[in-house]
Amino acid sequence: MSLPFLRLSVWVYLAIFFAYLLGPLVIMSVTAFNSPSFPSATPWECLTFDWFSALFQDQRILNGIRNSLLIGAGTVVLSVLMGLAGALMLTQVWPKLRATFYTVIIAPILIPGVVLGISTLVFWDRINRMLGLGPDSFLSSGLFLTIVGQSTFIASYCMLVLVARLQRYDIALTEAALDLGASHAQAFRKVLLPFMRPAIASSAVLAFLASFENYNTTTFTFGEYPTLTIELAQKVRYGISPAISALAFLIVVLTVFAALANEAVLRRRELVMAARRQATVAELSGGGLRLPGFLSGNVAAVLLVVMAVGTIVVVGTAATYRPDQCIADVREQKRLEAEKRAEELRAKREAERKEKAGSEPAATAPAGAGGANSGSFGSVFNPGALQGGTVEEPAAKDGSNSGFGSVFDPGALQGSETEGEAPSGDGATGSGASGGFGGVFDPNLLQGSGN
Amino acid sequence: MSAGVGVDLENLWIRFGDFVAVRDANVNIRGGDFFSFLGPSGCGKTTILRAVSGFLEPSQGNILIGGKNMKGVGPNKRPTALIFQNLALFPLMKVWENIAFSMEIKGASAGERRRRADELLEMIALEGQGDKLPSELSGGQRQRVAIARALCAEPHVLLLDEPLSALDLKLRQHMRTELREIQKRVGITFIYITHDQGEALTMSDSIAVMRAGVIDQIGDGKTIYNDPATPFAASFVGENNVFRGKVKQVSGDRVLVQSNRSGDLLARVSSANIGKMKEGDSAMIFIRPEAFQLARTGTEGDHYVSARVVNEEFEGNAFNIFMEGDGGKEIKVSLPNHGQSFDSHKGETMTLRYDVKNAVAMPAGVLATE
Repeated sequence: MSLPFLRLSVWVYLAIFFAYLLGPLVIMSVTAFNSPSFPSATPWECLTFDWFSALFQDQRILNGIRNSLLIGAGTVVLSVLMGLAGALMLTQVWPKLRATFYTVIIAPILIPGVVLGISTLVFWDRINRMLGLGPDSFLSSGLFLTIVGQSTFIASYCMLVLVARLQRYDIALTEAALDLGASHAQAFRKVLLPFMRPAIASSAVLAFLASFENYNTTTFTFGEYPTLTIELAQKVRYGISPAISALAFLIVVLTVFAALANEAVLRRRELVMAARRQATVAELSGGGLRLPGFLSGNVAAVLLVVMAVGTIVVVGTAATYRPDQCIADVREQKRLEAEKRAEELRAKREAERKEKAGSEPAATAPAGAGGANSGSFGSVFNPGALQGGTVEEPAAKDGSNSGFGSVFDPGALQGSETEGEAPSGDGATGSGASGGFGGVFDPNLLQGSGN
Repeated sequence: MSAGVGVDLENLWIRFGDFVAVRDANVNIRGGDFFSFLGPSGCGKTTILRAVSGFLEPSQGNILIGGKNMKGVGPNKRPTALIFQNLALFPLMKVWENIAFSMEIKGASAGERRRRADELLEMIALEGQGDKLPSELSGGQRQRVAIARALCAEPHVLLLDEPLSALDLKLRQHMRTELREIQKRVGITFIYITHDQGEALTMSDSIAVMRAGVIDQIGDGKTIYNDPATPFAASFVGENNVFRGKVKQVSGDRVLVQSNRSGDLLARVSSANIGKMKEGDSAMIFIRPEAFQLARTGTEGDHYVSARVVNEEFEGNAFNIFMEGDGGKEIKVSLPNHGQSFDSHKGETMTLRYDVKNAVAMPAGVLATE
């Protein structure tokens, strides 16, 4: 096994791996900019930004986002507070109790979210009744229940993050503060809390993301406050639209930007620290064109930057670009194509009939008539279907066709309509579609029949 | 700067479960003194310090600071400031913020704090370094910042927990002098914890030698060194040759001991043990390496040991001679180097003479194990 081959296979492996990881995201992002009303990337029709405006006009989605933000904020506050309390407790509790305490606190992570959702609902309902409150009290509102329900396990995540930082805390710092006259509250606020700030920030981000994407707990508790995930799930049940791709694209972009900004801030801080220590003098005098520190040797960062720039360009053009013309063009083109095809069919049929008049009907199907359809399901979901005529149940049966070749071929109907004749051998013309089901659902043919 | 106040420990016991960390300590520290607790690690000296600063309550006994009983008074209410072993500078605060932390607690304005911090920075010779972070300073600088931070709180008693142990030798020696100078300048009581006898001897007005929770001896450096009260103090502070044996004859503060391997030796009873030694008791005699004089055999008297030179070593300030007496008894002799020519006597048997006042006898007991 030679080395170059090994190296090549590593690259191939990496390519496949990243295609697997990022492919769905890329495809989805593309669908957000394509004009067909069913999310599709491959038959590229028109660049459009309509799905974004559709998104921002969808009251349910907007409401979902608002609820998600509200619940996310509440969950962040509650979870970080509980997590911090738990972490402090864990580092100060009697050592023999520590393992038990840890297990108890970690348990919610291991319990399925569904169970947490149901139990939150039942528990607070009991409490609510115990307090003699009605069903419209705050304790039974979806907002409260969802925040409390999500926090039961998100607080554990926060605690794990906070404990990791707290373990690096030198208790002597608190003692030093006390020794210098600080009260316990002052020592906590002025020494421990600033030390914990980075961990608090990351646990807050973690808590927000966990809350934002949560579905299985929320689904039991949301009540009159459906979150974004709930709304999306309900929407998808009634059919998916590129507006959802647009939303997903926005989320991806925001995440990438946040990650980039965070990285930049961190690197900057590091550089500042290094400069303060005057350790970078040699590095700086290296000369030549250099990428900023966090870009050199970091392919992912470079890709992210390219993506971010691409996004900016796209958003920039969105303000001026109007896809209406293009969409109209595509529609017109499709119509023309369909007409042309119908014309061809007609011509072919004419020719065949003439031929048949001379000799026995050819057993083999003429190829290329329906050549426009390449894939077996090529146009199954083609929204052009809506353009043309209505679906009709093809009644024509023709013994000479094998399999399902053109059983449902509307072309048969077409033939019958246009020619107004008994379809003796005409069905065969429709089987010109390349695939087994090639023209079965081809709406272009339907369209043709409408003309 | 506030004046130093006295610290008294009265019958102080500190227990952790079954373990006794401090056993019946009685210490009177005069105000303004530089007082050291000297002992090996784990002897309970840090425990005493934490009790004085208020981080742990004594199981029994009292701690008085300036005559006031500190029972139930929290660390933030005591007139003490502690310098931690690892310094415990606040890593996220700038140097000047660290120094002025005690003023921030009291609600002083930023300008006021800055001014005071700059004063103190000047005192510790770190002018203009106030805006750095502690991590950007060197070990010695951090050390001084910790001292400045403690002094900023204007304590009556400054407690130092082995603050020099993390520094390298040169810096340690420099900081010794500096600490002593700062103490003289501010005039407050310093209580210093160390396992380094050199630090204790050079800096302290008074030293308490501790062993396993018990204070063996309290005295100034000279007393501790020249007139140790216990075998532990004798062997822990400085180097010593120990001769074990039985008391043969006692007369006043002189005692003749029949040593196990080196014949009869005449010695002085250490002041703390006068009247405590009687004939037939097992005893120990300590003679410091530098108390021996090397002479050829033949010049005999009462106070000598014979031994054969096994090895010789030049240490810079002294020549160390390792000798073997009768029965393999190891004896170390050290001759101060004042430029004399040194003739090797390797393999020769020599007489080691000593002055009786430099041979200290006391009842046998536990030695410090290195």
